Amino acid sequence: MTAMVVAERVCKNFGALKVLKGVTLTVVRGQVMCMVGPSGSGKSTFLRCINHLESINAGRLYVDGELVGYREKGGKLHELSAREAAKQRRDVGMVFQHFNLFPHRTALQNITEAPVHVKKVAKQSAGQRARDLLEMVGLSEKADAYPAQLSGGQQQRVAIARALAMDPKLMLFDEPTSALDPELVGEVLNVMRDLARAGMTMLVVTHEMGFAREVADQLVFMDDGVIVESGKPRDVLANPQHQRTKAFLSKLL
Amino acid sequence: MTADDLQASTIDAVPLRHPWRWVSAGVIIVLVALFLYGAATNPDYHWSTYSKYLFDQRISTAAWNTIQLTVLSMVLAVVLGVVLAVMRLSPNPVLRSVSWVYIWVFRGTPIYVQLVFWGLFPVLYKNIQLGIPFGPSFFHFSIQQLSLYFELSVIGLGLNEAAYMAEIIRAGISSVPEGQTEASTALGMSWWMTMRRTILPQAMRVIIPPTGNEVISMLKTTSLVIAVPYSLELYGRAHDIGIALFQPIPLLMVAATWYLAITSILMVGQHYLERYFSRGASRRLTPKQLEALARAQRVVEEHQ
Repeated sequence: MTAMVVAERVCKNFGALKVLKGVTLTVVRGQVMCMVGPSGSGKSTFLRCINHLESINAGRLYVDGELVGYREKGGKLHELSAREAAKQRRDVGMVFQHFNLFPHRTALQNITEAPVHVKKVAKQSAGQRARDLLEMVGLSEKADAYPAQLSGGQQQRVAIARALAMDPKLMLFDEPTSALDPELVGEVLNVMRDLARAGMTMLVVTHEMGFAREVADQLVFMDDGVIVESGKPRDVLANPQHQRTKAFLSKLL
Repeated sequence: MTADDLQASTIDAVPLRHPWRWVSAGVIIVLVALFLYGAATNPDYHWSTYSKYLFDQRISTAAWNTIQLTVLSMVLAVVLGVVLAVMRLSPNPVLRSVSWVYIWVFRGTPIYVQLVFWGLFPVLYKNIQLGIPFGPSFFHFSIQQLSLYFELSVIGLGLNEAAYMAEIIRAGISSVPEGQTEASTALGMSWWMTMRRTILPQAMRVIIPPTGNEVISMLKTTSLVIAVPYSLELYGRAHDIGIALFQPIPLLMVAATWYLAITSILMVGQHYLERYFSRGASRRLTPKQLEALARAQRVVEEHQ
């Protein structure tokens, strides 16, 4: 049982505002962790720190045993160069609440963009792989459609395929279904469920408790920049120990 | 029940009439006719001179010089403008300040003054030397001996325009949502690759219309290079001939006709550029995609 993500007392401030106040957790390789909590609790910020879209102010953050955004040398931390940081990010896939597909590229081009231009994979094989991924998310016939011509659920599935095209060892999902119409949520969750079954390590910020209960190995409840409670999803959801968890869950149900 | 039973008959309504459109068009036609009649019968327009000089070789050569001035200075302005805009948005504070000062100076002084200055450049800097600062020089030539007024005009127009282009391009870049940068960064793209592959192509949709405006504006600003002094472009040439003939009006009409003709050609080019860069911007399907969908629909219907 090896750890994919290790966070040790991670803190993040925006100016004087403390958003993360010492987050400690471990995501085990091949497992799915779901993070729940009220909005503004720091879930998304924590996810963005893992991908070094934000740099942390205190604590230590490791992905696959490697320090994120820094190098430790002679007991001191050295900031990574932009190139080194970009290289670290290649191995971590990220899916956003608002999809953030490239609107000027077709679904297929969205998926091949990073493999071809970042990893320098040959166009032909990247295209083939992109078609396989589109088939996996059930969108083979939409290869040549532009994002604006796809529904929200379809766009999010293309976005998942785009992240997978880089063969990440970890996938981060930042409220992937929150911007979707209710009838489109299921198709995205199905793709994520398949991904979890295939053994992908996933960290998912979500409000979908049904999905968390069914798919997650670990559930973490976060509030006000700290982890309030964590454990098996069944236990946390059915029998929350902490007052704040109880209050949050009662509002959802 | 088949599909035919569900289908209602196609609507065949009387279209809405617009009588006032016809009335206003009629009024305008009368006014235009009056003006044309007045212009045709007024001898001071000297229409014979106009037609004699419209395709005069001196004029067409001057028009070609104007086009060259416009194109070359705009190419210089766009290239420099992209560099300045990217510098202004870069995380590097040195590049940011350099770009800010450049825009401050070149946008903050009149183009006419700048053109006069470029005309005096050979007086200020008589020689150009290549070498180690304060050390030996490897190469030098005298710019005073050369007649560089055309080149200096291009530089003067281009450097001034670059400041405006930089702001247009910066506005275009800022119009691209932040999520695009984030998604590119998360995929492991470098800052420069994100600019080149994700941001700039999307910014083009916002950049092109005002840039088309700038090209057309530049076409007419070239008439100011007389300040350098360079007078072989369209306005300078037409003006000189008109003065010599004591008939400035027909020659001004000749120049105006040429400017209008060139502007019209530029507008066509802009239309096609806008169409190219707006791909993916709308959820409207292209004719090709619509046709494919209609074909698929027909196949389904035939199978029912």
